[in-house]
Order: sequence, then C-alpha cells, then structure tokens
Amino acid sequence: MEALFLARLQFALTSVFHFFFVPLTLGLSIFVAIMETAYVKTGNEMYKRLTKFWGNIFLINFAVGVVTGIVMEFQFGLNWSEYSRFVGDIFGVPLAIEALLAFFLESTFLGIWVFGWDRLSKKLHATTIWIVAIASNLSALWILVANSFMQSPVGYRLTEDGSRAEMTDFWALLFNPHVWVQFPHVIAGGITTGAFLVIAISTFHLARNKGNNEPFKKSLRYGAVYAFVGTILVTLAGHTQMQDLLRTQPMKVAAAEALWETENPASFSLFTIGNEEELRDVFSIRIPGLLSFLAFNSFEGEVKGIKDLQAEYEITYGPGNYIPPIAISYWSFRLMVGAGTLMLIIASLTLLYVIRNNYAFPRWVEKLLLWSFLFPYLANSTGWILAEIGRQPWIVFGLLRTEDAVTPASVVSSSEVMFSMIVFVLIYSALTLADIYLIKKSAVAGLPSLETTEGRI
Amino acid sequence: MMDLETLQTIWFVLVAVLFTGFFFLEGFDYGVGILLPFLGKDDRDRRTVINTIGPFWDGNEVWLITAGGAMFAAFPHWYATLFSGFYLALILMLVALIIRGVAFEFRSKSDNPTWRNLWDWGIFFGSAVPALLWGIALANIIRGVPIDRNMNYVGGFLDLLNPYALICGIASFSIFTLHGSVFLTLKTKDALHERAMSFAKKCWAPATLLSFAFTVYTFLETDLFARLGINPGIVPVFSVVALASVIVLLQNNASGWAFAMTGAAIAFSTITIFLGLFPRVMVSSLDPEWTLTIYNASSSAYTLSIMSIVALIFVPIVLIYQAWTYWIFRKRLGTDSELEY
Ligand code: HDD
Ligand code: HEM
Ligand code: HEM
Repeated sequence: MEALFLARLQFALTSVFHFFFVPLTLGLSIFVAIMETAYVKTGNEMYKRLTKFWGNIFLINFAVGVVTGIVMEFQFGLNWSEYSRFVGDIFGVPLAIEALLAFFLESTFLGIWVFGWDRLSKKLHATTIWIVAIASNLSALWILVANSFMQSPVGYRLTEDGSRAEMTDFWALLFNPHVWVQFPHVIAGGITTGAFLVIAISTFHLARNKGNNEPFKKSLRYGAVYAFVGTILVTLAGHTQMQDLLRTQPMKVAAAEALWETENPASFSLFTIGNEEELRDVFSIRIPGLLSFLAFNSFEGEVKGIKDLQAEYEITYGPGNYIPPIAISYWSFRLMVGAGTLMLIIASLTLLYVIRNNYAFPRWVEKLLLWSFLFPYLANSTGWILAEIGRQPWIVFGLLRTEDAVTPASVVSSSEVMFSMIVFVLIYSALTLADIYLIKKSAVAGLPSLETTEGRI
Repeated sequence: MMDLETLQTIWFVLVAVLFTGFFFLEGFDYGVGILLPFLGKDDRDRRTVINTIGPFWDGNEVWLITAGGAMFAAFPHWYATLFSGFYLALILMLVALIIRGVAFEFRSKSDNPTWRNLWDWGIFFGSAVPALLWGIALANIIRGVPIDRNMNYVGGFLDLLNPYALICGIASFSIFTLHGSVFLTLKTKDALHERAMSFAKKCWAPATLLSFAFTVYTFLETDLFARLGINPGIVPVFSVVALASVIVLLQNNASGWAFAMTGAAIAFSTITIFLGLFPRVMVSSLDPEWTLTIYNASSSAYTLSIMSIVALIFVPIVLIYQAWTYWIFRKRLGTDSELEY
C-alpha cells in the first residue's frame, strides 16, 4: 500500500512538473513562428529581434520540458510495470509513434533553427520553426491518444486469461472521441499559456518605458489577440469535454460537481463544503438547472449523482469503492474554471486597450497584466489533477485498477521509490528555479540589439 | 498480415537497429561531453567544443526515446522487466540525462564563470555516467540476471555491479570517449584540432585493450560465442578490425575515415551483442525457462503489423532529414566561427 501511494505521488509530481513546461512550449512555439513569418513577410528587422527575443525564452523553457519528458517515457516501466505488461500492446504504440513522428522532427529542426540563421534562406529558416511548432503540438496529439485510452478505452479486447489487453483496431484508438475533445482543449491551454506570458513580459517593458516601446507594443497586440483566441477556444473545448465526460465517466463529473444525488434538472455548485464520508453537503450555494444546461444545452436533463453511480458500478464491476477523492476533484475543477473565466475577461480587456491603441494602463490593469501569466499554470495543473484523480480508482477506466498496476514491491521497494522521488523533486525544483531565473533574466534584458542578433540567439 | 514469428523477429531487429543508431550517434556526443573540461582550455574553446554537437545532441537522444518507445510497444514485458528491475541504475541514468540536457541550454545564458564552470562539469557528469551505465546494462542483459517465473527481476542494485559488467562499462566509456575525440578532430581547427588529435591517439590504445579484454571476458563469462559458433562470423571480426585501424588512419590525418571506423566498431559490437542474444531479450540466471524471449515478451501480431507500417514509412524519413542536418552543419568550427551556445 505504501509503495502504491509513493508511486502515485511520484507519478503525480513528475507529470505535473513536466506539464508545467510543456504548455508554454506548445503555445510559444507557434508564437515565435508567427513572429518570424512576420519578419519574412515584411522584412522589418524589428520582427527578427522579436523572434530572437521570444525564441530565447522558448528555448530555455524547452530544455526543461525535454528533460522532464525523458523521465516520463521510462516511468511506466519503473513504477508501473504491471500496467506496462497489461496495456503495452496498446499504450506503447502511441508513445513509440510520438517519438518517431514528433520528437525526431521537433529536436532535429529545432537544432537547425537555432544554429541555422546564417546557413539557410529566410524562408527555409522560418519553415523550420513552423515544423518545430507543428511537431510539438503533434507530440501532444499522440500522448493524448495514449491518455485517452486510459480515460475511455476503445479498440481493444482482453486476452482469454484476462491478463492483458490487446489492440484490435488502431483507427478506433486514434479516432477515440475522447482524443478529439481533449486535444483541442490541451492545445488551446497551451496557446493561452504562451499568450499570457507574452502579455506579461510586454506589459513589463511598456511600463518601464512609459508606453514608448514599439516592439513591445507589437508584441502586446499579437499577444492580446492570441490570448483572446486561446481563452475562447479553451473554454468552448472544456465545455464539450464536460459533455463528453458525462458519457464516458459520469462519476468524474459528479465528483467535480460534488453532486451526491441524481438530479433533473441538475444544479451547478458555486461553492460547496461537503462531507466525503457521509456523501452530503455541509454548506452549499448552487444555481438550479445550470449543470443540466451546461451538460445538455437545455434546462432539462438528468445528471447522475455519486450515490447512484456507486450503486451502478457495484453491479457492473463487483463490490468496491468507485468514488474518487471528491474534494480534490471538486476544487481542481473550480480553480480551473475560475482561472479560465478570469482569463477570458482579462484577455477581452487587453484586446479593448490595444484595439484603441491605448498603452497607458492604469496601475491596477498594469499589475493585473503583469501577474496574469500565473493563471494558465494554475488551470493547466488543476485540469490534469481533475482528469487523473477523477478517474480513480481506475488507471484504465473499467479495466485495470491503479492498485493492480504498480510494480510489485519485491521488485521495487517503497524505500527505493521514496529515494527516487526525493531525488527527482530536488532536481526538478532546482531546475524550475534556474528556469525562472533565466527566463526572467532574458525577459528583463529586452530585445537583443541588431549586432548581437547576427550571431547568438 | 505476416505471421507472428516473423513480426517478432522484425521488431527484434528494429529495436537492435535503434540501439545501434543510438550508440553510434549519441556515442560521440557523450564522448565530446566527457572531453569538454579537458580539451577546452578557455571559455571560447569550450564553447567551440559544445557547438560541435550543438545542433545534433537532442536529435541523437531521441534515438533512445524511440528505442524505449519501440520496446514498450513491441515487447512490453521486456520494457517492464528491464526498467523496473534496473531501477536504481536507471534513476541514476535519468539524473545524468536531465543535468546534461539542461546544461547545454543553460550554460550560455549567463557570463558568470562559476555558473559556466558548474554546467561544464554537469555536461561531463551527464555524459560520463550514461557512457558507463550503458555498458553495464548491456553486459548484464547478456550475462543473465535473476528473473523469476513471473518475469520479475529479483536481484538488487549491487548484483548489477559484477566485475564482468564493470569491465564492459569501462570499455563502453573508453570507446565513446575515443569516438568523441575523433569526432572533434573532424569538426575543429587549429589548436583545438591538435589537442583532440593527440588525445585521440593516446586514447586509442586503452580503448582497444579494454574492448579486447571485454571480448575475452565475454567468451569466458557468457554463452555468446558458444551461440555464435567457433566462427563468429564477419560481424565481431569486423568490429575488432575497425577499431584496430583507427590509429593508422589518425596517423595519416584521415579523420573522416577514423570516425567511420570508431563508429563501425561501436555499431558492430552492438550488433554482435544482439546477435548473441537472439531470440532472447533478457536472460534469466535462475532458470533458462524463465528467460524473456521475443516470443513470450511480445505484443500481438496486430500491434506489431501496425507498428511495422509506421516504421516502414517514417524511419527512412527521419534518416533523410537527420542526414540533412549533418550536411548543413558540416563545416569545421574555428576561432572565427559564429557560436550559438
Ligand atoms: C489554460 C488552461 C485551461 C483552462 C482555462 C481551462 N482548462 Fe480545462 N483542462 C486543462 C486546461 C484548462 C488541461 C490541463 O489541459 C486539461 C487536463 C486534461 C485535459 O484534457 O485538459 C483540462 C481538463 C478539463 C476537464 C477534464 C477532462 C477529462 O477528465 O477528460 C474538464 C471537464 C475541463 N477541463 C473543463 C474546462 C472548462 C469547462 C473550462 C472553462 C473555463 C476549462 N476547462 C478551462
Ligand atoms: C497524457 C499523458 C498522461 C498519461 C499517459 C498519464 C498517466 C498516468 C498514470 C499511469 C498515472 C498513475 C496511476 C494513477 O494514479 O492513476 C497517473 C496519475 C496521475 N497523473 Fe497522469 N498521465 C498523463 C498526463 C498527466 C499530466 C500532464 C498531469 C499533470 C499535469 C498528470 C497528473 C497526474 C496525477 C496528479 C496523477 C495522480 C493521480 C492519483 O494517483 O491519484 N497526468 N497518470
Ligand atoms: C498531456 C500530456 C503531455 C503533453 C502535451 C506532452 C507534450 C510534450 C512536448 C510538447 C514535448 C517537447 C518538449 C517540451 O515540451 O518542452 C515533450 C517532451 C517529452 N515528453 Fe511529453 N507530453 C505530455 C506527457 C508526457 C508523458 C505522459 C510522457 C511519457 C511517455 C511524455 C514523454 C516525453 C518525452 C520523452 C519528452 C522529451 C522529448 C525530446 O527529447 O525531444 N510526455 N512532451
């Protein structure tokens, strides 16, 4: 049990760390590519300097994403060997394809982009960063194909002895409906992350120069549009994802809403303090009918509650506890949606300013824009915590329980897991600090001058 | 669809190819990393050394990630047994790879000499540890480790550190170092080139001796040569000949050929090991019955055929664009070159 707990904690920590860096890679790579395209189109040196400036921040962050990713690749074997044996037939495939299709492209073309400024034509050079951007987002697609199988298994059969799942239909795996609601949401989350960092850093420079800084005005304009598009997409995609979840994992929805009893029409909770043991509210403010509306686009519609689902699952899967940790699911969902709503407002506000060409922000707006880049990080992490914790007790929904997936204690003892976890947490924390320090340093340094843009990144 | 046995063999070969490619490519950038603190006398030198592998090292590392992914997809039991079994060794390797990966990027982002020095040793550590550990891991896989009837590794970390594996580790370390120094002779000019050249010449004898020692030890310790037969075939012989020729080529200033030969030695030794292993993937020292083979460790025929199609299309594409990068960055770096890192 203890080894299981540690293995879960380790997986949670390492994936949260990895996904702390990845969304910025997803979003900023596209942004850098847009900047360089603007340079190629207009020939304006300012865009080249902007490309290098944002590219530099991208690279610092990218390095940490890569090294935390390597750990992810081997974790399944390290701590989840029974899981790997059970689903390797299916789960290994998207991972291998991700490496072959996405990581190779990404790493090779990034190398060309960084070192190739004076060896490639302008157009070809801009193409390489587009390839990097597309490959990054392609890697997200494949890893989400893998993750979606855990969330909503399709295209498989169990072997006769029930010891392994085998793939029967690759296309079903790829066109798993879960992938196609999850992927847009994650990509839009990445765009949002990149956009708000651009907004924050541009605001910093505008504030420092009292609004007179042409390149950062440009950045802010692009950033505002990018953030607006990102937040709209992420909210819409999140909405469809919630609707899809009602079909695949209604228990997760019920937990995210702390909905104990089945309701029709179902209410949306604004603030609930519940009692997880007795499955009841202690204190709650709810808006009647809103959950049904979100779920079915209509004020009519039944949303199943935790108690009924538990009873149903006991009939389907046998006796056991099928209720995930409710408080964590509930609060992560609140935090994500709260952050998303706030960001939508902030993005609209920023857009209004830049449309009117007004860069003299009142003090409070300036403060808000400076610090808003933290919201996407909050939403991304809590979103994954909801997705993964809300699936418990399953590691592969309906097929394999988390407790049966862990490496046997005779192979990897709990002290070994503890040791490796401490090592990872120490290193990752140091890396995060170094990453923040370096990003801050280059962000504050401002645009590289024209001479230095010739050589160094 | 092809029959299961053919597919299993194809994937064994593909995993072997991925590891061979990985050792060939990442081998030289491990070597360059190991040599960095010793060959680079001042900051400019060190930057030049790092820049010789700058555009390539991440792409090279993806060979490992792909090999890991391919193992997971094609032989899930192999992936599960190996990585859970060699737990602490792998953690150590991951730590090294983490430090190495960020070091390249972070080093150049500040001018502070202490900062730079710190990351230089980070690159050294991050290159030296995997260079050593890969040898140790491979040696244990062919020598056999305690694996029980449920395919679980039941030994400890120290079981991996037997003398045979240690010799193999030191041998792989020295060959990668040699490979890296020859690569540097190919990519640098002037004083740095001279230093790399004289180092490569000095490094050749120990590397060759250690490889020879490892070959003899393998003969005594494992059934590898018994399986390959008295006439082990052209592959291992070629590996020895390739390594032996390096010194002659270096003395004639034929860096390109010398690099091809250190590469060939690495590739052919890796192939020898996989040939000797086939069709086993992890040998059990407890009971031959419990050995993992391509037959009892693999995925289903369906999965293997899907993967074969993907590999057939994309491996050649990857090879083409990776070759293209080496072409773009083929020039030697000297004191007058633009440096990025
Ligand atoms: C900037 C980031 C961000 C923002 C603003 C939001 N989300 Fe989100 N959300 C994520 C980033 C994210 C994520 C990190 O990308 C997750 C984790 C798993 C996934 O598919 O995406 C996620 C998961 C996730 C899930 C769980 C999916 C599952 O378990 O399969 C739901 C239901 C929502 N989101 C819904 C929403 C709604 C209704 C939002 C409205 C404002 C919202 N998200 C904003
Ligand atoms: C997309 C690929 C991902 C896959 C394949 C994946 C897979 C897994 C696996 C195997 C576990 C361990 C078993 C379990 O506890 O259920 C797990 C748990 C977890 N993962 Fe993920 N994960 C992915 C992405 C993420 C990301 C990006 C995050 C966070 C940012 C995350 C957060 C967590 C958390 C918090 C847990 C712990 C849940 C618990 O044990 O209660 N996951 N995931
Ligand atoms: C939603 C979850 C995930 C997304 C969107 C994602 C995406 C990415 C992206 C875009 C990169 C490129 C480097 C960077 O971002 O800085 C990356 C790196 C990496 N990721 Fe993840 N990842 C996720 C989860 C995972 C999981 C669960 C694994 C484990 C198999 C994994 C394995 C890797 C590896 C091995 C790398 C390094 C690649 C390289 O060397 O170029 N990732 N990931």
